[in-house]
Amino acid sequence: MASLVSHPDEVKVVSKRFGQGATDIDRYLELDGYKAVQKALAMEPDAIINEVKNSGLRGRGGAGFSTGMKWSFVPKQSAKPKYVLCNGDESEPGTCKDRLIFEHDPHAVIEGVMIGALAVGAKSGYIYIRGEYRYLSIIMQKAIRDAYAKGFVGKNIFGSGRDLDIYWHGGAGAYEVGEESALMESLEGKRGIPRIRPPFPAVVGLWGGPTVINNAETLANVPHIILGGSDWFAKLGTPKNGGTRLFCLSGNIAKPGVYELPMGYNLKKMIYEVGGGIPHGRKLKAVVPGGSSCPCLTADEIDVAMDFDSVAKAGSMLGSGGVVIVDDQQCIVKFALRTMKFYKHESCGWCIPCREGTDWLEKTLTRFHRGGGMKKDIDNMQYLSENMLGRTFCPLGDAAAMPTIAFVKKFRKEFEDHLDGKACPYEKAGAMELVHA
Amino acid sequence: MVPHYPTKRSALVPTLLYAQDEVGYLSDEVIAELASRLDLTELEVRNVISYYSMLTTKPRGKFNVQVCTNISCMVRGGEEILHHCATKLGVGHKQTTADGMFTLEEVECIGACSWAPAAQVNYDFHENLTAEKMDRILDDYKKKATQ
Repeated sequence: MASLVSHPDEVKVVSKRFGQGATDIDRYLELDGYKAVQKALAMEPDAIINEVKNSGLRGRGGAGFSTGMKWSFVPKQSAKPKYVLCNGDESEPGTCKDRLIFEHDPHAVIEGVMIGALAVGAKSGYIYIRGEYRYLSIIMQKAIRDAYAKGFVGKNIFGSGRDLDIYWHGGAGAYEVGEESALMESLEGKRGIPRIRPPFPAVVGLWGGPTVINNAETLANVPHIILGGSDWFAKLGTPKNGGTRLFCLSGNIAKPGVYELPMGYNLKKMIYEVGGGIPHGRKLKAVVPGGSSCPCLTADEIDVAMDFDSVAKAGSMLGSGGVVIVDDQQCIVKFALRTMKFYKHESCGWCIPCREGTDWLEKTLTRFHRGGGMKKDIDNMQYLSENMLGRTFCPLGDAAAMPTIAFVKKFRKEFEDHLDGKACPYEKAGAMELVHA
Repeated sequence: MVPHYPTKRSALVPTLLYAQDEVGYLSDEVIAELASRLDLTELEVRNVISYYSMLTTKPRGKFNVQVCTNISCMVRGGEEILHHCATKLGVGHKQTTADGMFTLEEVECIGACSWAPAAQVNYDFHENLTAEKMDRILDDYKKKATQ
C-alpha cells in the first residue's frame, strides 16, 4: 500500500476519504457516500450537466477540457445504447494519483460514473483499470459487488425505477490505451489503436453508441460537486479552473508524494514548501510540470500558478498533474533519452510520423548520450520533433515531440557538452548498458 | 465476464490475463481455447496478444521481477536497482534464472512515481527500494517458493 503524505496547504476534496477505510461500503456511507447520486436522481439531466459545467471542472487526464461541456455533446436521443467509460489506465510517467483514488475511495469513482450516466442518459458504465494495478482492480471489483448487494446499482436504483449497471474492465499494459479512442478499441477486445475522428466518442463511441470518457480523478470529483454545489467547487480554484488537483510530486525532492492542492497553487511553493525542496544540498535543474509529455520548465521559470491556463501561458501543460523534479546532478540528454525510449516503446506504430519519429529521436539521443553526437543532430532533433507535432492520429506523437523540443531549446549547452566523442559528464560507468538490452 | 459486454470479443483482454496467471503464459492450447470460446480466429487472438506488454507467449520464471527505470524512478536510482538485480540473479532483460525462479524485466512506468524507485514482482508493488531492500525482497520470494 502506497504511503500517504500531508501538508497544511492541502485542500482535501478528492482525497478527503483517503486513509479513512472508505473501501468498506458502510464506512463510505458514513462519510456521505452515495448521497450525491441520490441527489442527482432527483435532478433533471440538464441540471446535472449545468452544475458540472458551472463548477469549472476540467478533465484531469491531461487535456483539461470542460467536463460539463463534454457531457453536453452527447445527443439526447440515440438509437444505440449510451455509455460512460472511466479511464483508469493511468500510465503517464510521473503520474500516480488515480492509484490512490482506487486504493482508498473506489466508491467515489462508481458514484461519479453513475452521476455521469444519469446526466447523459446511459444505462451502463465501465471502469477500465490498467492491468498492472491488479490489487486495485480487486478493490474496485469488491466495491462494485458491494454496491450491487446494497441495490445501489443494477435494477431500479434507489427505488427510482431506473436501471444502471457498472462493470470493471482490466487492461494488459499499453500506455496508448489511455488515449480515449484507443481505450474503446481495447475495451472492445482489440489492439489499442486510436480511431480517426470525427466521429467523436460522444456521438459514436463504444460499440457504436454515444460515449462519455472521463479520467478517474475527474469522475471522483463529480459527487463532491453535486453535494457541495458548483459555486463552492469553482471557488476552490482559479477562474475557469475549478477545484483542486492531486499533484504527484516525484523525482529529486525531499518529500515526494501525492498532495491535493487548490488549482493555481504556485509551483515554486509546491516544490520548496510542500515538497521540502531539493535534498542533499543540490540545486533545481528542471521540472516536468504535468507528466512526461509536458515541456520542462527551467529553475527560473517555476514561479507559475499550477492551473491549465497559467501553465499553458508559461509554455508547458498542467497535463496529468505529475510533477517530476530534476536536480543538477542529472543529465538532461539522458533524461530526454529515457523519455523518448518510453514513447518509442509505447507508440502503437499505426501512423508513420509517430512510429518513425520516436525511433529516430531515440536513436539520435542514444548516439548523443554515448558521445557520438554531431552538431547538426541538435537541430535535426528539433526539426524532426516540430514536424511530428500535430501530424499524428492521436496525441502520442505530440507527447513525444513536445518535451524533446523543450529539452533541446532550453538545454542546448548540455547537448553540446556531449558532442564529438565526449563522455557524458554526469554518467556513472555502465549505467545505460542494460536498458532494453 | 462475457455477459458484461454487448460483444463476446470484449472479454478478450482480461480473459487472456486471467488465463496467463493460471497457466504461466499464453500457450498454443490457451490461445486455441479462448479463440473458440469467444468466436475469434487464433490469428485475431495472437494479434491482440502481441500488442499488450503484459501478455506473453513464452514461459517466464515463477516470479516476474519488473524494475521501473522511467524518469521518476531513474533519477532516484531505478537503473542501479535493475543492475543490482541483474548481477544478483545473473540474468539480463527478459531472461530467466536457470532454476526457473525469477525473470528480470525492465519496465516502463508502473505508476509508483512518488514512491520511487519501484519494482513489481508478479502483481506485488515494492517501493522506495534500495539494493539491500531488493535483496531481502528477492530472498523472501525464493524462501516462499521453496517452503
